[in-house]
Amino acid sequence: MKNICLYFQVHQPFRLKRYRFFDVGKDHYYYDDYLNKHILKKIANRCYLPTNELLLSMLKEFDGQFKVAFSLTGIYLDQLELYAPDVIKSFKKLADTGHVEFLSETYSHSLAALGSPEEFVTQVELHKKKIETLFGVTPQVFRNTELVYSDTIGEQVSKMGYKAMLAEGAKHVLGWKSPNFLYYNVIDPRLKVLLRNYKLSDDIAFRFSNHSWSEWPLKSEKYLAWLKGTPPGEDFINLFMDYETFGEHQPVESGIHQFLEHLVRLVIKDPKTGFELPGKIADTHQSVGPLSVPYPSSWADEERDLSAWLGNEMQKEAFKKLYSLRQLVLQANDNDLSRDWAYLQASDHFYYMSTKFFADQSVHNYFNPYNSPYDAFINYMNILSDFIIRLEKKTKRIVYRGIPIEELSGDPLNAAILDYEGILKILREKKALVKKVPVSKLVTAPPKVPPKSTPAKKEKN
Amino acid sequence: MITMRVLMFGWEFPPHISGGLGTACYGMTRGLAYRDVEVIFVVPKSYGDEDQSSVKLVGASQVPVKRRTYVFTPETRSGKELISRNHSLEMTYIEVGSNLLPYLSPEEFQRSTYQRSEINELTVNDIDLTGEDGASVLTEVVGTLDFTGKYGPDLMQEVSNYALIASEIAHEQSFDVIHAHDWLTYPAGIAAKRMSGKPLVVHVHATEFDRTGENYNTIVYDIEKSGMEAADLVITVSNLTRNIVISRYGIDPDKVFTVYNAVEPGLEKGDESIAKSVDEKVVTFLGRITYQKGPEYFMEAANKVLKYSNNVRFVMAGSGDLLRKMIRYAARLGITEKFHFTDFLKGPDVDYMFAISDVYVMPSVSEPFGISPLEAMRSNVPVIISKQSGVSEILKHAIKIDFWDVDAMADAIYGLITYESLPQMFMHYGRDEVNSLKWENAALQIKELYTNLLYPSPAPL
Repeated sequence: MKNICLYFQVHQPFRLKRYRFFDVGKDHYYYDDYLNKHILKKIANRCYLPTNELLLSMLKEFDGQFKVAFSLTGIYLDQLELYAPDVIKSFKKLADTGHVEFLSETYSHSLAALGSPEEFVTQVELHKKKIETLFGVTPQVFRNTELVYSDTIGEQVSKMGYKAMLAEGAKHVLGWKSPNFLYYNVIDPRLKVLLRNYKLSDDIAFRFSNHSWSEWPLKSEKYLAWLKGTPPGEDFINLFMDYETFGEHQPVESGIHQFLEHLVRLVIKDPKTGFELPGKIADTHQSVGPLSVPYPSSWADEERDLSAWLGNEMQKEAFKKLYSLRQLVLQANDNDLSRDWAYLQASDHFYYMSTKFFADQSVHNYFNPYNSPYDAFINYMNILSDFIIRLEKKTKRIVYRGIPIEELSGDPLNAAILDYEGILKILREKKALVKKVPVSKLVTAPPKVPPKSTPAKKEKN
Repeated sequence: MITMRVLMFGWEFPPHISGGLGTACYGMTRGLAYRDVEVIFVVPKSYGDEDQSSVKLVGASQVPVKRRTYVFTPETRSGKELISRNHSLEMTYIEVGSNLLPYLSPEEFQRSTYQRSEINELTVNDIDLTGEDGASVLTEVVGTLDFTGKYGPDLMQEVSNYALIASEIAHEQSFDVIHAHDWLTYPAGIAAKRMSGKPLVVHVHATEFDRTGENYNTIVYDIEKSGMEAADLVITVSNLTRNIVISRYGIDPDKVFTVYNAVEPGLEKGDESIAKSVDEKVVTFLGRITYQKGPEYFMEAANKVLKYSNNVRFVMAGSGDLLRKMIRYAARLGITEKFHFTDFLKGPDVDYMFAISDVYVMPSVSEPFGISPLEAMRSNVPVIISKQSGVSEILKHAIKIDFWDVDAMADAIYGLITYESLPQMFMHYGRDEVNSLKWENAALQIKELYTNLLYPSPAPL
């Protein structure tokens, strides 16, 4: 018996609006409402609603035989609440069939696991609560943003009480091994690891409507034969993909929905195949051995690593500065600031800054609101500058190059002292100058620095 | 291997250059030599001491022609690829006694020839020899201006004289293709084609629309149009220019091809002996201060940045008909203590300017190609370029903005002087990108175009 483990990832970020440096300190709203609403509604009509409807009808028809797993990010759900509440209802209907498993992940689709272990825990808890409130189920299995996995992340996830976690069946992780087995975390063997079969997943997710692909057109029968053609003894096959595959990445007109429906029917009709959920697989299957992933892997691009989010200097600077603010956000304890803090963490913002974009344009350009990674970086940093100013005001603390001033030490501390001495010197000189100049001259040549910009200057230097 | 000989008409050649065209011709001929194409380069040159009769009485024996063999010096600093070749990098170089001055409109030409008694400084200001890109500037020509009054004051007369000489040269030389650079040489190219029956290639580095906007000179336009129409092949320096050639001159798109310019490799490292004398970041505009270069947009962006940052100075380097207006504008905005004018810069000063710059801005309203950003990047200076420039079609590691989008320009400047990782990115990738734009590659494309012209392949079935 070969079990198909279908898992869909659903996420949309709050894309940021065009935010210029002269908005810093003035405009505290960061999101492009129009664009976000437009994109979400469009995908809801092409993908979320019709695909949910299809899945619901089959879940009902094949009661207990057809099963499917989802993970929905917190900020995706927030957007649904704002712009498309009917989609939440349709997910609720899926949940009510009892044959849909919801997985845990970070609330923000964030890379907190790499930026701050404490924030990672916070985000996972936040997400879990959201799923419990909306769908009345408590997730048992974890999937990290973009399937980012490493031994230490797995260990942390196990500590949070999850029995299993999803990861990419990347070549450089597996070597000769097959993704169609259950593995366990090398540090904490209690955590089972399910690996994505990227070949078979991407046949649907990336290649389905590609006319230059030698296997095009892909028919359900052929695909079933591939599934069954995996070596005997490999009892399950993990097909993990973006939910937007159905109707968006693969357009409605390509027949992707019909393919899915027909495939489900074939799998159920065939006595040698069936469906299973990740949680059940972790419970019922014997793991074959430890999986060692010392460096984080992901499901992105050819490299299956972090280079799409943290590959260049801009991404690293933005990421470092963002996560250095955590203590201040906690201290501020302010609803608006916490919301923005969550939304700014979405990995998408860092993805837009990727210079790999130049080579891998098609995927990276998808719903990307920016012309270039430089554009994305400048916009994000302007917003982060404003966010820092708000934090400073709220907590009455000063942030220097992303680090709260009390926590400075070593070289950054010395640099800060030098900078502030420089500013003091300039201010003293200006003060001295004001004394000397007669009032009449001051009227014709007022001092250049507008007093309003003073708070903004602290983090600029 | 097929050896090919090209009769090439230019109007300047290093070291007697006044703008980007001479530099481009140098790189191109050098690249062609590397690709085993023989070039006979014909260039008009002003000889101050020439007898007027020699221009008027053009005959085979009376053409003042100076012929020499030009040997490219193997550049050791430019990398291995050039010096490892063992064939000689040679070309034939012909100077004819003509009076053509590049970058002058017929009106300006007339004015300059009448102003022979004026002092040189004034002549430089008025005629503005800063060149298309403002960067490569040698004013060799200026000294001869004092004497040009001897010749007929009509530029058009000079152009047709050059054409007459060209037909003589075409008669006595043997070659396969004629290649003419920009409108002053088109009549020469046409004449040579009539004389020899060989195919004509015209190379469009700029059109009259780029030089003057909508108030174009109809005589120049007619010459350009007839050159392009007579040509068997038109090469443009960007798709931007290609579109102008097709839409404004009505040229058959099938014979118009884009070959991007390249740059000669620079020194491996910037000159470290040059130190900045100011603490602030330096943002530079370098070029002719004319409508086409968009100086007022640069100033408006500077004004916006200066309202928010004290840590910056702006430099407008160059000369042109809008210089005085720009100075008045800066005074009106009240930014003159942070906004500096250098007037016209010569060779070494240009290098110095790049060396002390932190950001280079090219806000051109219309720029057929625009080589100066490449020179800035070669000096490790991050660049902001307008989307209305040909070079923006090939550069990835540059911030691209619409010339009129002053907010975006200001934001990009602010980002580059504020967020530390951004300039690092450009140092990391920009230089490599520029060094990959080689004349050998551009020359190979040109050679392929010649080959297709001379030996057309049968039409595809």
